[in-house]
Amino acid sequence: MSKYEYIPEPALVKGNHDFASITKLVTDVNLRPTPRNWYLAMLPANALLGLLLFSIGYLIWEGTGIWGLNNPVGWGWAIINFVWWVGIGHAGTLISAILFLFRQDWRTAINRFAEAMTIFAVMCAGVFPAIHVGRIWVIYWVFPIPNQMAMWPNFNSPLLWDVFAVSTYFTVSLLFWYVGLVPDLATLRDKATDKIRKFAYGLFALGWTGSSRAWWNYEKAYMILAGLATPLVLSVHTIVSFDFAVSMIPGWHTTIFPPYFVAGAIFSGFAMVLTLMIVARKIYGMKDIMTDDHMEKMNIIIMVTGSMVGFAYMMEFFIAWYSGVEYEKAIFMLRATGPYAWAYWIMMFCNVISPQVFWSKKLRRNVAFTFFISIVVNIGMWFERFVITVTSLSTDYLPSSWDYYSPTAWDVLTYVGTFGLFFTMFLLFLRFLPMIAIAEVKLVMPQGDPHNYDDETQEYHPHVEEVPQPKAVKA
Amino acid sequence: MSTTESKSLYGILAEFKNPKALVDASEKVVEAGYDKFDTYTPYPIHGIDKAMKLPKSKLGYIVFGHALLGFSGAIAMMYWMSVIDYPLNISGKPFFNAPAWVPITFELTVLLSAFGAVFGMFFLNGLPRLNNPLFEVERFKKATDDGFFVCIEAKDSKFQEDLVRQLFEEAGATHIEEVYEQ
Repeated sequence: MSKYEYIPEPALVKGNHDFASITKLVTDVNLRPTPRNWYLAMLPANALLGLLLFSIGYLIWEGTGIWGLNNPVGWGWAIINFVWWVGIGHAGTLISAILFLFRQDWRTAINRFAEAMTIFAVMCAGVFPAIHVGRIWVIYWVFPIPNQMAMWPNFNSPLLWDVFAVSTYFTVSLLFWYVGLVPDLATLRDKATDKIRKFAYGLFALGWTGSSRAWWNYEKAYMILAGLATPLVLSVHTIVSFDFAVSMIPGWHTTIFPPYFVAGAIFSGFAMVLTLMIVARKIYGMKDIMTDDHMEKMNIIIMVTGSMVGFAYMMEFFIAWYSGVEYEKAIFMLRATGPYAWAYWIMMFCNVISPQVFWSKKLRRNVAFTFFISIVVNIGMWFERFVITVTSLSTDYLPSSWDYYSPTAWDVLTYVGTFGLFFTMFLLFLRFLPMIAIAEVKLVMPQGDPHNYDDETQEYHPHVEEVPQPKAVKA
Repeated sequence: MSTTESKSLYGILAEFKNPKALVDASEKVVEAGYDKFDTYTPYPIHGIDKAMKLPKSKLGYIVFGHALLGFSGAIAMMYWMSVIDYPLNISGKPFFNAPAWVPITFELTVLLSAFGAVFGMFFLNGLPRLNNPLFEVERFKKATDDGFFVCIEAKDSKFQEDLVRQLFEEAGATHIEEVYEQ
């Protein structure tokens, strides 16, 4: 017996599934009558959406004075929530693009789901920069289109880069998502029995036939999109971090921001995917496709990115000391011990300590525990943005202008309202679109590979991994 | 299936039992010298491109063209707006501030390339096309579920109905039927 043991990759699809049963499992959710519980879930989601619209309406009516912003703290919950939602929105494209390029086949179970989450999260994020400008009726000034001042936007400003980055990210994510959806919409078109569904799915399936000549171009397009989306997803949070890093505020003006923001974005995005996935797979009975193995892999990514974020926190502290800049040193001491120390230590606990539990395989595979940590992580990531934004502004260069920042009820209501937008969109997605990329799952099933069929009889035989035995070593 | 005189033949459709049988069948179709044919599968079968002898996809060129357009378009736009049309001194920085223009140039390059990839793919595939004769075949609904089909089109120069049927039968088709134009 060798001391090395070959452990095969776990099967991506559990249970005894063939192509037809996978199709049925996924499309039934969209084709059966709407369950009562869906309406029950839609009710609070719509109520919160209404709250969001009401808060925005009052904001436009009354102005940004209804928020808790004060003199040194000119950026409050709006930017915190924007960065938080955009960060969450990074997981989808990461799963679809980067894991695709790395040939991580397990992504097929969750990519549709995560991409949908991305799009809705970016929608929630986009609300804040749009409404925070005060005079929302001239929001089009951020785009390079002619306006009554005959002026153009300032292309040297990171805030404008952000406009381009986030709108490009939203558009490309939407395209990527739609391209993935087309073959599955065709499946729904062919499965649907009522006229309305046949027409609607048929229209958006664009007449997809599953032709191999079409698949050939399709896969090329998918690969190119993945190649484009990979630098894009890294660039978006980099540019978001430029909003801070390009300024001269102590605690913001650091070169570590781009990688640190990107790691944090992936960290929070994966946590959000897990939160949603654990609930959805239970309700919709998708445990054969979204397996515990998937959950474990995602937990490992959470642990890795959480450690990167933790490393960045410590490095920030070190560099503040090493730089010898008094203001830099002071702001970091104030973060840990000053008026916002409570937020700082919540952040440290949620983002640095909590993901470390995933070193334990047992906890990585514990569904309830993973669900708990996934929520803790996103609370922590919200506080990270709070700490960065508020501490640096409230105690800047001039002590005479220091002030403590507290949000008002409208800050809180607007933020809570974005969950209404998010969950309304997500529930619509779960109801009307296939939550799993059907065609992609079929591709990674062992039955999908012609090599797993006998050359003569053309019958399927499961693939057997040939394990090379280590040669006996002379004592 | 009954046929009427008014309908003209679009092609012959054959179903195969699994992806392996389809790949083997498409090799035979190519060997027999047909080129106006296609296979229809619920997911992209890797390796069928070789069996069908598909030429390299032209999509890369389309995307590259769009990338160039996005790149040069972004720089041209920013140059015209901040150097020619309304030069504005911002913190004493040069009007042509190349380093600061990198992010927007990058984003617009990616955006245009993604448009090229998606719409170029649809263009190469002849989509949207909602009125396909194949959609009239009830059995063809399986092509997006668990069916594996080959269709040799009547416009192929070598097309002869009995020879095509014979080819499919020898290749082990589980079901063969005619498809008519509407």
